[in-house]
Amino acid sequence: MVNRIVTGAHYGLRDWLAQRFTAVVMAVYAVFIVVYLLLQPSFGYDTWIGLFSGNIMRTFSLLFLLTLFYHAWIGVRDIVMDYVKPASIRLLIHVLVILALVLYVIWSVQILWGL
Amino acid sequence: MKFRIYRYNPDTDTAPYMQDFELSLEAGDAMLLDALMLLRQQDDSIGFRKSCREGVCGSDAMNINGRNGLACVTSLSSLKQPIELRPLPGLPVIRDLIVDMTQFFKQYHSIKPYLVNNDPPPETERLQSPKDRLELDGLYECILCGCCSTACPSFWWNPDKFVGPAGLLQAYRFIADTRDQDTAARLDNLEDPYRLFRCHTIMNCVDVCPKELNPTEAIGKIKDMMVKRTV
Repeated sequence: MVNRIVTGAHYGLRDWLAQRFTAVVMAVYAVFIVVYLLLQPSFGYDTWIGLFSGNIMRTFSLLFLLTLFYHAWIGVRDIVMDYVKPASIRLLIHVLVILALVLYVIWSVQILWGL
Repeated sequence: MKFRIYRYNPDTDTAPYMQDFELSLEAGDAMLLDALMLLRQQDDSIGFRKSCREGVCGSDAMNINGRNGLACVTSLSSLKQPIELRPLPGLPVIRDLIVDMTQFFKQYHSIKPYLVNNDPPPETERLQSPKDRLELDGLYECILCGCCSTACPSFWWNPDKFVGPAGLLQAYRFIADTRDQDTAARLDNLEDPYRLFRCHTIMNCVDVCPKELNPTEAIGKIKDMMVKRTV
């Protein structure tokens, strides 16, 4: 293969936009958690268990975690694109990061629903 | 006045070094370029570029006390001594304060910095309304000195793939021009994870621009247009 600098992948906007929207979802969730916990008269293990016992909270927590993982994927990929020059190593790191994030999703479901 | 100047002559030096200079001069109204000209009378081997000496040509961009700027419009009284002068960061050094700007101009050329209009040229000129013309203010004034792009970490890491703030400001200058007919192709050309989206809004470009332009805002407007045509 000739050694030429190639660009023009024709993507980027979707990820950039997704990173903004996932950030908004995470901010809303984080504010909710902090406010909710501050409003509790007493704070202990029972409060925590009570908060996560309902399916609604579990669902929104999973949504939060999914947006976090997607946000992290774009961020980590950007760092790798900035600093890792050989394309083969870059691809390998991308694959490893994706696999780790998919595992985190499965793990999150297990934790949230106590499977 | 004390100066510390980056010296490197590839023909005689094995490595770059910093050389101290002293100049008996009252800062007054003098600019840094005036001092450099006097220093060159002391040592005529100091290499730097200059031409118009009034902030129009953009030749004498250099790193002044750690910050990129034009020597000709930087007043000596505003600088802490010893005044440390280095070449623009991130570009290959040819000699002393002179850098090889090939990569910078390659990126500039890649955005097609000219009006594309396939209509037959009218008798006089292609007219714009005053309101449309206003959109080009803050864009056309760029003198391509390179201060912004060489202050940009994203350009340091990927100078061969990331267009850089100067190139992107000019890209928006032609995207914003109502006389240009190549908008879609211009946006296609930039919709790329490297060419445009390496910008992480660090805003060093805005901080250093000697013409007080705002490449970050222009990049934001390009992204806005991409969003508008996608959703």
